[in-house]
Amino acid sequence: MTSPGLAGEVSDYGGQEAPKRPDEKKKTMSHLVSIDDVDLRYGGADGTLAVSGLTMRVAKGEFAAVVGPSGCGKSTLMKLVTGLHIPQKGTVIVAGQQVTKPVSIVGMAFQNPTMLPWRTTLENILLPLEIVEKHRHRLRANKKEYVAKAEHLLELVGLKGFGSKFPWQLSGGMQQRANLCRALIHEPELLMLDEPFGALDAFTREELWCVIRDLHAAQGVTIVLVTHDLREAAFLADKIFVMSARPGRILREHQVPFERPRDLEVMYEARFTDLVHELHGEIANARVAA
Amino acid sequence: MTIVTETTPPSTGPKVRPMRINWVRAAPWLYTLGLFLGWELLVIVLDTPVTVLPAPSRVFQAVVQYWSAIWKNSLQTLFTTTLGFGLAVVGGLALGLFIGWSKTIYAGLYPLMIGFNAIPKVAVVPILVIWFGIGTIPAVITAFLISFFPIVVNVATGLATIEPETEDVLRALGARKMDIMLKVGIPRSMPYFFGSLKIAITLAFVGSVLSETVAANYGLGNMMSSAQSQFNVPLVFAGLLALAVEGIAMYALMAWIEKRMTGWAHRSTMSH
Repeated sequence: MTSPGLAGEVSDYGGQEAPKRPDEKKKTMSHLVSIDDVDLRYGGADGTLAVSGLTMRVAKGEFAAVVGPSGCGKSTLMKLVTGLHIPQKGTVIVAGQQVTKPVSIVGMAFQNPTMLPWRTTLENILLPLEIVEKHRHRLRANKKEYVAKAEHLLELVGLKGFGSKFPWQLSGGMQQRANLCRALIHEPELLMLDEPFGALDAFTREELWCVIRDLHAAQGVTIVLVTHDLREAAFLADKIFVMSARPGRILREHQVPFERPRDLEVMYEARFTDLVHELHGEIANARVAA
Repeated sequence: MTIVTETTPPSTGPKVRPMRINWVRAAPWLYTLGLFLGWELLVIVLDTPVTVLPAPSRVFQAVVQYWSAIWKNSLQTLFTTTLGFGLAVVGGLALGLFIGWSKTIYAGLYPLMIGFNAIPKVAVVPILVIWFGIGTIPAVITAFLISFFPIVVNVATGLATIEPETEDVLRALGARKMDIMLKVGIPRSMPYFFGSLKIAITLAFVGSVLSETVAANYGLGNMMSSAQSQFNVPLVFAGLLALAVEGIAMYALMAWIEKRMTGWAHRSTMSH
């Protein structure tokens, strides 16, 4: 599907100013995340090759989704971008800097909310601030300000007044909402979501899609969403990357043409169904090829 | 190592009528009473001589008769046990955290610990006697040695089973190993630690009494072994009774502390 919706950089990543020489710096500045020809192998020289020749770019403020057959290295992608794994070959550049160690401008949320059961929801959300270098020394003195911020986030995701509850007193959907708050509390430039809604029922999931959609609109954060759910990807993302089976690389890149703000109704339009259908076909092919 | 959880009575529903007897709460007392009654009946029916199996009534009589000796020796045993146990708590917590810190340390020390734990402590007591003489010190050390292991293993297990996602989230934020330990590892190993205290305290009694039996002039172990050599079987059983009471009391104390300290881990909805 080569739709004209968001014109511009479909396959060409150069700057618009057309400089005399492709300026390496300028090139990376316009993209928050750029991954170039990356190989990552687990477990030594003859371990499994998780991704190979992986190349992708995500612009600042963009909402990107990554879909693919299971075991295609989507979670590896998460770890590459956050600096939890350093590739054996190729470069990963986040916010203009090559990733050689964990990058703290990233917030992460997983399918498993991993809330700490001995902390209240509010204390769980404040946890990143106790870690991130920029905030940890300010936390005690400015506790009020940070708590107010956390409560604001809770309100944004519809959990107002639940801060004092323990995570195990919340439902799965509520825990996942709190998990999003935790991922956002330190104002990351990049939010990495690894199937955050996989364990939720269909209605809760749709509700949280809207939460994410509104967060993205309100906070201007760049989001990379790794998911199995093609409708989720099509509904939320500006750009969808289709990955191949292991070793993973990007097969196709789709611009999602639907104008924002999107309503859940968009999912019942023909062009939406067509996009999902096409994605489905590509992934089915990738599975067969494996 | 399994953590023995106390058998919590299954809640019998919210509507408890006041006139009804709460059988679940009464059960421990009734069963204990039943044990003594059965024992008494058995002795009467079989007409066993008192030097083989004294009836509970005879044992209670011995408790009254030798009360001051039992009291004094009980305090001594309680003292050596709690001291050894206290050392095991401090040492076990420290070593457990140390072992849980890194995979290499874990891999290196674990076989040593297993081997050490497999050594019968009764074989260690003579060595302790050579080093420290008979009396309080070998008893304390034996109690320490025997109750140390479950604490170490449980604390290390708690640290080793941090969810990888939690660790990833924190590491991606730039967390150092120390941060992860302080924020996640140590709090999450606390239920394991407090759970292990219940096992450790009962084992500590085994250790101290063992040492007192082999090499001491005081303590319940010593009292029982000298009573045995005089064929004062009721006093031996009275000593066992005193030990059982101390053991139950200390266990209950540990269970209470566990519940106080890590209430969050005892919720039925706790899924992680």
